[in-house]
Amino acid sequence: MLELSLHILDIVENSTRAGATTVYITVVEDNARDILSIEVRDNGSGMSEDIVAKVLDPFYTTKTVRKVGLGLPMIAQAAERTEGNFTLESKGGEGTRVAAEFKFSHIDRQPLGDIISTLITLIAGNMDVDFIYRHQHNNRVFILDTREVKKEIEGVPINHVEVLQFLRQHIQEGLEEIGAEA
Amino acid sequence: MAKLSISDLKKIKEKVHSDTALREGGQRAKITVHMGTCGIAAGARPVMDSLMSEIAEAGVADVIVTTSGCAGMCSKEPMVTVEILGQQPIIYGNIDANKMRQIFKRHVLQGEVQTMFAIARG
Repeated sequence: MLELSLHILDIVENSTRAGATTVYITVVEDNARDILSIEVRDNGSGMSEDIVAKVLDPFYTTKTVRKVGLGLPMIAQAAERTEGNFTLESKGGEGTRVAAEFKFSHIDRQPLGDIISTLITLIAGNMDVDFIYRHQHNNRVFILDTREVKKEIEGVPINHVEVLQFLRQHIQEGLEEIGAEA
Repeated sequence: MAKLSISDLKKIKEKVHSDTALREGGQRAKITVHMGTCGIAAGARPVMDSLMSEIAEAGVADVIVTTSGCAGMCSKEPMVTVEILGQQPIIYGNIDANKMRQIFKRHVLQGEVQTMFAIARG
C-alpha cells in the first residue's frame, strides 16, 4: 500500500467487521511540530490483551481463510519508517483505537493520497455505520459527520448515488478550504 | 462554484423521493467489491471508484454497492461479486477499473455474464 488513505481504508474495514456502529477517523497535519497523525477509534467488539499483543505479528490473523494478517503491521511499519510511532489500544467489548504518527517532512512518509475515495468507499459499503471524519490542518478543521447527513436526507439511503456525489464534492471543498496538503 | 450546503442535501432528498415514487420498488442487482487488506493492496479502491462513476453515469438507482472482507483467494484480487436479482452470483477476479466498467455495462445493465473475467459461480 503506497498511500496512507489506503491504510485508513484497511483499518476502518477492520472496525466495521468488528461490528462497530460508530467510527471516528481523525487526520491532523501539524506543520509546527512537523507531524502528520492518523487516528481511528471505533466501538466495535475490541480485542483481548493477548490478541493485542499478537496483532503486530504479520503472520497473525483471526481469519480462517488465509494464514497472514498484514494490515496493522503494515501501517505500524509505515509510521516507524518516518521516525514516527504507532499505538494500539483495545478492550474486549468496548472498542479499539489505532493511532499512527508520521514525521511530516520525512522522505519516506507516504502521501495521504485519495482520502476522499477512501471515505466514499467506506460510506457506500457500510451504510449502517456512522463515520465522523475530522481533518485538522494547523488550526483549521473540516468535519464530516454522516449522522448529520443521514438526518438531513431522512428516508434516502446514504449510499444513494446522488448523495455520494454530493459528499465527494463536499469533502473536496472542505479539504481545499482548510488547505489540506498531506 | 458556490459552496455546497445543507439545502443541497434537501434538494437531493426531494428529487430521490419523487424518483422512487415513479419506480416500482425492488433492487436489480447487488455488487460487492472485496475490500480486505489483500484487495485494497491490489487496487480495489480504484475499482470501487470506477463502479460508482459508472452507476452515476448510467443514472440507475436500483443497484446496491457494498464491500466485503477477504475471501481467501488473495492472488485473484481485486475481486468483485455481481448478483443479479434471481440469478446465481458471479465472482470476477483480477479486476481493474476498465474491466469493472465492462462488467457493469455488459453484465449488470445488459445481463451478459463476462465469462472471460469470471472465476466462480457464487
